[in-house]
Amino acid sequence: MKINDLLNHTSEWLKGTGPNSDIVISSRIRLARNLSKYPFPHWASKTQLEEILAKISDAVSKIDMLKSSTLFKLADLDAIDKQFLVERHLMSIEHSQKTDYKALLVDDEEIIAVMINEEDHLRIQLMQSGFNLFEARDIINRLDDALAGILDYAYLDDFGYLTACPTNTGTGMRGSVMLHLPALVMSRQIERVLAAIAKLSFTTRGLYGEGTQASGNFFQISNQVSLGHGEDEIIENINGLIRQIIEQETQARQILLSKNKEVLEDRINRSLGILKSARIITSQETIELLSMVRLGSDLGMIKDINRRTINELFIITQPAHLQKLENKKLSSDERDLKRAQLIRKKLNLL
Amino acid sequence: MLCDICKKNPATVHLTEIIDDQMNELHLCEDCARNKSAAMEQQFGLSDLLAGMADFEKPNKDEENIAAKCSNCNLTYADFKKIGRLGCGDCYNAFRKYLAPLLKRIHGSNQHVGKSPFLKEKSVAKPGRKSLDLGNLKAEMQRAIQREDFEEAARLRDQIKAIEAKKES
Repeated sequence: MKINDLLNHTSEWLKGTGPNSDIVISSRIRLARNLSKYPFPHWASKTQLEEILAKISDAVSKIDMLKSSTLFKLADLDAIDKQFLVERHLMSIEHSQKTDYKALLVDDEEIIAVMINEEDHLRIQLMQSGFNLFEARDIINRLDDALAGILDYAYLDDFGYLTACPTNTGTGMRGSVMLHLPALVMSRQIERVLAAIAKLSFTTRGLYGEGTQASGNFFQISNQVSLGHGEDEIIENINGLIRQIIEQETQARQILLSKNKEVLEDRINRSLGILKSARIITSQETIELLSMVRLGSDLGMIKDINRRTINELFIITQPAHLQKLENKKLSSDERDLKRAQLIRKKLNLL
Repeated sequence: MLCDICKKNPATVHLTEIIDDQMNELHLCEDCARNKSAAMEQQFGLSDLLAGMADFEKPNKDEENIAAKCSNCNLTYADFKKIGRLGCGDCYNAFRKYLAPLLKRIHGSNQHVGKSPFLKEKSVAKPGRKSLDLGNLKAEMQRAIQREDFEEAARLRDQIKAIEAKKES
């Protein structure tokens, strides 16, 4: 697989299928793992980083589950390609910087992504469409067991899996669920919900993980604690919490529908109107308007645009995606023009 | 609504700031919010936070702390306090007495429960039940003890013993 092959492909997690996919965009689990004795990436010498990369590359090539995946060395990629991989949620922003001896392994369906030499030697990620943490856990568990059969992980019985940052020690696991909560935002209940989440030691982040702002009504919720609770317990806790948030969002949607139907319909259709006719549009405005259109589609107010098309538009209207589609570097102004053009084409064809 | 700082762009980020017990609502545009959060991070980075938590534990043993060094990767405890990251897996043993309380502060526990890389034959789980790895069994035993279900706790203890015996042989 080449990076450009991803461009014409819809990632598994974007398909808009899976349980509760009106509210839950995707479910992900990541495991932080390190090789025993080798210094963590930030503390390792170039020779050591090279050895670590070689060892892990060799291990992944022997695993059946990873037969249809490709390893990209980040130093070989240009800036647009790296940003493109971040926009597809296959790797972190941190992984796209200082790229020596870093690599990313991606499977053809974009379900599995393994970052090599990020903050830890291995960051194994599993992505599923909709609310599907348990399936994600089962797959990532199998992959982790297969890797542990070849690699010698840094592990202590009392502290668990050892990681560069003590906030990840223990299970090394972070489960996260990306939610679309427009009704809770519109009815101004979101602050209350987010405050409750923080109290239960879960964190809320924006679309691109650590250090990013929530935008367009999208929230990524994940566990903060990784030590002292078993993997299953952590997953069950997130699952329970997300279930409650889904219920609240569903209720808020019903209330908006019964009390403010005209206002809601107006807002949704205006958003669609702008997207269908704008000539210049920023990515921020795109996300906000698409969020309303997605809500309209979920509520049956917009019938001819399906969730998958909307999900795809979120991804392909981002800066690096636009530049790859055009196959050249575009300035910000040029992107705003191209973005509007692409959205008009996609929405008016339907 | 316009941004409270630049008064030009529409406010899309809503922040609640607490300074000296005074709660402040801030409505910011994306650019100003980004600057603001960068400024806040500079004031209080993660490494400061971790190092601060570590300090809190052993206020009088600073000299000893700083001299401690990992023999595998040569990272000193002073390095850890500065960068907020450990050097390698062995650091966890080298700085065990400082890290155990720090981990407890961060996670509320310093005892791992959960899977281990040494237990590959763990998938004896019944369908629909939690997987029976050692960590989950231990957690379940603790829960059984808490709800005073000692019969169940004893059953789990025996199961754990059996797995541990198997692991050692």
